[in-house]
Amino acid sequence: MSSKPAPRASRGPLYLTLPALAVLVLVMAVPLGVIVLRSFMEPEPGFANYVWFFQTKVNITVLLRTFSIASWVTVCCVLAAYPYAFAMSVAGPRLRLALIMCVLVPFWVSGVVRTLAWVILLQDSGVINRVLLSMGFEKVRLIRTQLGVTIGMTQVLLPFMIMPLYAVMRGIDLRLLQAAQSLGAHPIKTFFQIYLPLSLPGVFAGATIVFILALGFYITPLLLGGPQSTMLSTLIQQQVLSLLNWGRGGAMGVVLLIVTFGVLGAASPFMRRKYQLSGGSR
Amino acid sequence: MNLNLPRLLLSLTCLLIAIWLVAPTFVIIPMSFAGKKSLVFPPQGFSLQWYENFFTNPQWIGSLIVSAKLAVMVSVVATVIGTMAAIGIERMKGRGAGIIRAVLITPMIVPGVVLAVGIYAVYLDTRLVGTWTGYVLAHTLLAIPFVVIAVGANLAVFDERLETAAASLGASRLTTFFTITLPLILPGILSGALFAFVTSFDEVIVSLFITSPQLKTLPVQIFSSMTRDADPTVAAVGSLIFLATSLIIGLGLIFGMRGRRV
Repeated sequence: MSSKPAPRASRGPLYLTLPALAVLVLVMAVPLGVIVLRSFMEPEPGFANYVWFFQTKVNITVLLRTFSIASWVTVCCVLAAYPYAFAMSVAGPRLRLALIMCVLVPFWVSGVVRTLAWVILLQDSGVINRVLLSMGFEKVRLIRTQLGVTIGMTQVLLPFMIMPLYAVMRGIDLRLLQAAQSLGAHPIKTFFQIYLPLSLPGVFAGATIVFILALGFYITPLLLGGPQSTMLSTLIQQQVLSLLNWGRGGAMGVVLLIVTFGVLGAASPFMRRKYQLSGGSR
Repeated sequence: MNLNLPRLLLSLTCLLIAIWLVAPTFVIIPMSFAGKKSLVFPPQGFSLQWYENFFTNPQWIGSLIVSAKLAVMVSVVATVIGTMAAIGIERMKGRGAGIIRAVLITPMIVPGVVLAVGIYAVYLDTRLVGTWTGYVLAHTLLAIPFVVIAVGANLAVFDERLETAAASLGASRLTTFFTITLPLILPGILSGALFAFVTSFDEVIVSLFITSPQLKTLPVQIFSSMTRDADPTVAAVGSLIFLATSLIIGLGLIFGMRGRRV
């Protein structure tokens, strides 16, 4: 309320966001618009590309497989991240730093190079198979299988699960658990009735991010997978670059886009609970 | 302690997960010293030929220079644009701010290949395939969310009354920005710039589509080398990137701690 022109009353703030929005429109909105347009217009106007997509068995198989791989990766991430994030939230400062470092170190090597490491580890004569053989187990085919793709993708996406989970778990008051136990509750009951519900918002947030990112994965399935583990992204790339069929590739892209944002939209009410919960406990 | 068994189980589980997280990184380093051209682990023999190949082969060193230049340009452009946007959002408050923030973060969510195909289509029509402008625009788009998040987090804890105080003492808006606001949100801007650099330096999907033989980024070169044959030069590149990142982060930690102590 000064006598000088108030800096906040003007449209200034909106102008500040314009350059960023311009980049977004030019390099994201227009390209996605072109994709949508081509899916309806090429080779002729109509829904032919979508009819083709849903009537071709391979496409449906790959679409379902994309869902199934993304689901498995999400489940594996939740199962691995939960104990890890819990340990991070209760550890002392030094151990916590070490645990955080282990989460961050994978990012220090280029993403494509990391996939190379998984090729080396998973190949038929690779480390994992030799360890299995020396322990008296049978050789397992990992490279070019869904299992191999799932293992590699889970490692790449695990940090995106651990971090939101850790953020929520750090805010949980551990005295609640002591209170429950001092009132005679069994540790297992305490976990399921108190700790798990309080940590669920973190699980939802992390699982949503992991699932969405997994749906669109391209490099890892391409290099670790085979024909039996192709995901939707690879199919889109083939349609556009190998077959030069922009219409069909576009239709596939639109399907992937709708699925991705559909999942995000369906999950966002659960993610919003996080703010209510944390707001309430404060 | 009556909870020793669960505690032991938890420690073991975490140890396994930690190994699983870092294993790929530490497979790469010994591979880069392999004696023969194969990707069998543990590698046989010892040689520095893959490092030599990286530094003498114009394809490899050329793509490193392209990626480094590009990442610097992207981090400058994305940091300026993203910081402006973050400040705008912070001052707007209300619903509009939330919507613009959500919109600016969508490049992180759109599936990489769909975005890449779209950008490729537009670039073919506008002759931007394989150009610096094309790369900078595409990578800036992907880097903006990280800058907006990093600077936004810093602005959220920024005390706006400091700006009002400066203005009431007669400072112009520009002076206020450069002497009060900028120094206080500098940590957020720097971490945003770092994220932008890494995003560009590591980006592969869009780059694969808009690449050209004359202008190829390092990740694209790594990718094509991996799909062609088993060449441990990729492991040497990975180890060098790992070394560089460790140095930068190590120095950052040392300086960060010193700064805090003062």
